[in-house]
Amino acid sequence: MSDAIVTFEKVNKWYGNNFHVLRDIELTVARGERIVICGPSGSGKSTLIRCINALEEYQEGRIVVDGTELTDDVKAVEAVRRQVGMVFQQFNLFPHLTVIENLTLAPMWVGHLPKAEAEERAMRQLERVRIAEQARKYPLQLSGGQQQRVAIARALCLTPKIMLFDEPTSALDPEMIKEVLDVMIELAGQGMTMLCVTHEMGFAKAVADRVIFMDQGQIVEQNAPHEFFDNPKSDRTKDFLSKILGH
Amino acid sequence: MADLFQPIPARPAPVATEGLVPWVRRNLFGDWKSAVTTVLLLALALYLLPGLIDWGLFGAVFGAQADACQAARGSGACWGVVTEKWRVIIFGRYPYEEQWRPEIATLVMVAALVASCVRWFWRPWLVAMWVGVLVVFFVLMGGGVLGLTPIRTDLWGGLPLTVMLATLSIFLAFPLSVLVALGRRSNLPAIRTACVIYIELIRGVPLISVLFMASFMFPLFMPQGMTIDVLARVLVGITLFAAAYMAEIVRGGLQAIPKGQLEAAATLGLTYWQTQRKIVLPQALAMVVPSMMNNFISIFKDTSLVTIVSLYELTGALGLALNSDVNWRPFKIEAYLFITAIYFAFCFAMSRYSLWVEKQVSVSRTR
Repeated sequence: MSDAIVTFEKVNKWYGNNFHVLRDIELTVARGERIVICGPSGSGKSTLIRCINALEEYQEGRIVVDGTELTDDVKAVEAVRRQVGMVFQQFNLFPHLTVIENLTLAPMWVGHLPKAEAEERAMRQLERVRIAEQARKYPLQLSGGQQQRVAIARALCLTPKIMLFDEPTSALDPEMIKEVLDVMIELAGQGMTMLCVTHEMGFAKAVADRVIFMDQGQIVEQNAPHEFFDNPKSDRTKDFLSKILGH
Repeated sequence: MADLFQPIPARPAPVATEGLVPWVRRNLFGDWKSAVTTVLLLALALYLLPGLIDWGLFGAVFGAQADACQAARGSGACWGVVTEKWRVIIFGRYPYEEQWRPEIATLVMVAALVASCVRWFWRPWLVAMWVGVLVVFFVLMGGGVLGLTPIRTDLWGGLPLTVMLATLSIFLAFPLSVLVALGRRSNLPAIRTACVIYIELIRGVPLISVLFMASFMFPLFMPQGMTIDVLARVLVGITLFAAAYMAEIVRGGLQAIPKGQLEAAATLGLTYWQTQRKIVLPQALAMVVPSMMNNFISIFKDTSLVTIVSLYELTGALGLALNSDVNWRPFKIEAYLFITAIYFAFCFAMSRYSLWVEKQVSVSRTR
């Protein structure tokens, strides 16, 4: 497949000697594809996407991101991280820097942009996530939803080709989930390749090209959203869906 | 019928909770136990205070008259000992006629210290200013140029020595401690082990033995004919000692940084040193301001130990001034109160400044 941007080939990962957290993962992500990954906690879904930008290392198999194979080589890791943006469950904004400083830090120090240009780019991204008026505040002065939108803008400032979302709405108050999802839906509409670990099934139905269900370190089932939700094949998937959609 | 949501307007608290009277009522007379304690302590203060004021002020001898002091013994303080001996206490063994030099040198250094505490001075040229200040200090103290008589470093003493030792060892130990703390958390086993050994070795011995080694043992290992100034050796000793303790304080701060901060920095492509400099250290150091200042204060007072290697800083100079003088030796308490006041002024200033710094660095954490 020529337009594959991420491929996993028989990837295996262990924590320590005995905890086999990823088992024979085979996955190909097409350029511009939007994937939602769900599954019970401990199923390895966060670990899977954290492998894509080398926050986790793996012991067996091969991961290729945008033509670069991820190895121990620092250059390869750097090259991949330049293409991949990430949004975390706990936002991980830098609390001692203002919003705009959070956004300009990497473009200035990694991308070597002049300050004015980095700020201009940052303001554009803040407008994109509709939070430009908070640019001079500190992260902890913002609500959770606002902080997560700043985190998305920060990742976008490096113009990534792929965006990873690791449970982006799980730490948010119910009233704030929508503002973050709206930003993500908009992003999806603009053709960004996205891998998103989430339990927001509404989001999955609205934007995903494919839903992946994981359990015990394996990909149990993957399918287009309507097929996945209406016609799950494995019993494990049915059981999981009945639990999270049941109430 | 559905209830309509009716917001209740905010109103002031029914009893005052702020101000002097509520504070006194809450903290001093909260219940009968604290009320009794308050009254008892007040009574004790009223009972002791007049005697103390009488001793220190009305019955005290201020002139440098040893006879008058003898006569007033037991009923009044003899501040005359300070009037008589202050130059030896402040300047130690430094030659009497040249004492204007340490005086100016110390004033310049203290002024530079005060200036460095003010935000307005936090500019790149502050470093250049400090280089200038140190040059001025050592030229004035040491002499040998510009027609100043050379004065050997073992004659330096008193407050100038205390201030210089504390300032330099803090300035040198701080960056060293940051490097050692980072090294102790390094992924490279050799660096990590070296840092652990350094910290544990230094923490395992008292400062006095470090000073002894720097002063008496170190020269034995030097090649024939090569000597390093005793003051420099002692300064290095204090610096290495202080840095080991400060490194552990910094490490505490480093460990309090959530892993997510490092992951976010890695995701953004920051290098190790960029991450430390821009993300980790600003937060870690902000967290350890109180314990760091605690350590600075303790270093300032620990400089008094250099007396044992015959460098007579403030405390040592006091002994020097009084031990050999039979007339004034009985009035050590008053002289000690004098240097206590000097130490206290410095330490209290540091402690107040620390509170200000804490407030500055917590700006980003207040909502």
